[in-house]
Amino acid sequence: MEKESGSISKKVEDFLQVFKKGEEFTQELLKENEKLRYKVAKLEELTKYSDRDGTFKVHTLEERIKFLEEENKNLSDRYREVEEENKDFANRYVEVEAENNNLANLYVASYQLHSTLDFSESLKIILEIVMNLIGAEEFSIMMLDEKTNELTIVANEGMGNEQRASIKLGEGTIGKACKSGESYYREGDPTDLTGIDYTHPLVCIPLKIKEHVIGVISIYKLLVQKQAFSNVDYEMFTMLAGHAATALFSSKLYSQSERKLTTIQSFLDLLKEK
Amino acid sequence: MPDYNFLVVEDSPTMRQLISFALKRIPGSRVVEANDGIDALKKLSTQKFDIILTDINMPIMDGLKLVSMVRNDPAHKGIPIVIITTEGADEDRKRGLALGANAYIPKPIQTADLLNVVNQILAGKL
Repeated sequence: MEKESGSISKKVEDFLQVFKKGEEFTQELLKENEKLRYKVAKLEELTKYSDRDGTFKVHTLEERIKFLEEENKNLSDRYREVEEENKDFANRYVEVEAENNNLANLYVASYQLHSTLDFSESLKIILEIVMNLIGAEEFSIMMLDEKTNELTIVANEGMGNEQRASIKLGEGTIGKACKSGESYYREGDPTDLTGIDYTHPLVCIPLKIKEHVIGVISIYKLLVQKQAFSNVDYEMFTMLAGHAATALFSSKLYSQSERKLTTIQSFLDLLKEK
Repeated sequence: MPDYNFLVVEDSPTMRQLISFALKRIPGSRVVEANDGIDALKKLSTQKFDIILTDINMPIMDGLKLVSMVRNDPAHKGIPIVIITTEGADEDRKRGLALGANAYIPKPIQTADLLNVVNQILAGKL
C-alpha cells in the first residue's frame, strides 16, 4: 500500500514536471509570438507609410509637371505675341523710314523752290525736281497768258528746241486741266506711250495759287528705270502744284519789279541831271 | 574729326542737298559738295574721302571722266565711287562699272537704297 502510494506521488511529480516544462514552453512560444506580432505590425506600418509617401511624391510631381506645362504654354503664347509685336514694329519702322524719306524729298524740293527769286532759276529748279525726284525724261512747264488765254512752253526737258504751238485754255487734255485746276493722270501703265503726244501727256499738273491757275507741268515720258508712279510722286505733284506756282509767280513779279525799279531809277537820275 | 568723309559731286543743288541729307543720317559723317568733276578733283587734292558719290551728266567735267581720272590717280584710286544718275539703261550701268565705279544707282534715288549701298561699301562688301 505504501509502495503503491509512493509510485503514484512519483507519477504526479513527473506529470507536474512535464506540465511545468509544457507551461514554460508555452510561455516561450507566447513570447516569440508576441515578438513576431510586433515585427509584423512594424513592417505593416512601414509599408503603409512608404506607400503613402510614394503616392504623395508622384502627386506632387504630376502637379509640378502640369504647372510647368502651363507655364511653358504661357511663355510660348507670350513669345508668339512678342514676335508678332516685333513684326508689327519692324513693319512700322519700315513705314516710318519710308515716310521720313518721302518727307525729306518734299522738304528738299520745297526748300529749293523757295531758295531763289530769279524766274529762270526757279524754272531750272522745277526741271531738276521733275527729272531727278520724280524721274521724268520728257516734260514741259507752260505758263498761262491771261490776256490771250493761251499756254506756252517756258521750259522743257527732252523735247528739243523746236517751237511748239500754244494751247488754248480748255482745249485738249492740257487746256482742260488748266481750266478746271484738276490734275490729270492718264490711267494704265505709264511706260506705255501709246497715244501720248504734245497735247496728250501722261500727267498734267496745274500750277495753282489758291484756285488761280498760272500754268501747267506736263509729263510725256518717264526715265527708262521709272516703271510706275509711287505715293511720294503724287505727293510731289501736289506739292509742286502749290509751291512751284508760288515760286514762279513771286520770282516773275520780283523780276518785273526789278525792271520797273531800274527804269524808275534811270528816270529819276535823268530828272536830277536836268 | 568725322568718322566718314563723303564727297558728293552734283551740278543740281536739289540733288546735292537730297544726297547730303541722306548721308548725314550715318552717324559721324561729314559731307563735302562739289559742282562738277573739276571742283571734285580740287577737293580731292586737299581732303581725304571715304566715298565719292557722283552724277554723270555735269558741265565742265562729267562723272565718267571723273571716275576714270580717280582710278588712274595712284593717290586716290582706292576710293570707292558710287555713280548716281538719270542714265538708267543697262549699257550705261556696265560702262560706269567698267570704268571702276563700285556701285551704280539710277535716279530717282530711294534714300534707303543709297544708304544700303553706302553702308555696304563702308563694311567692305562692295
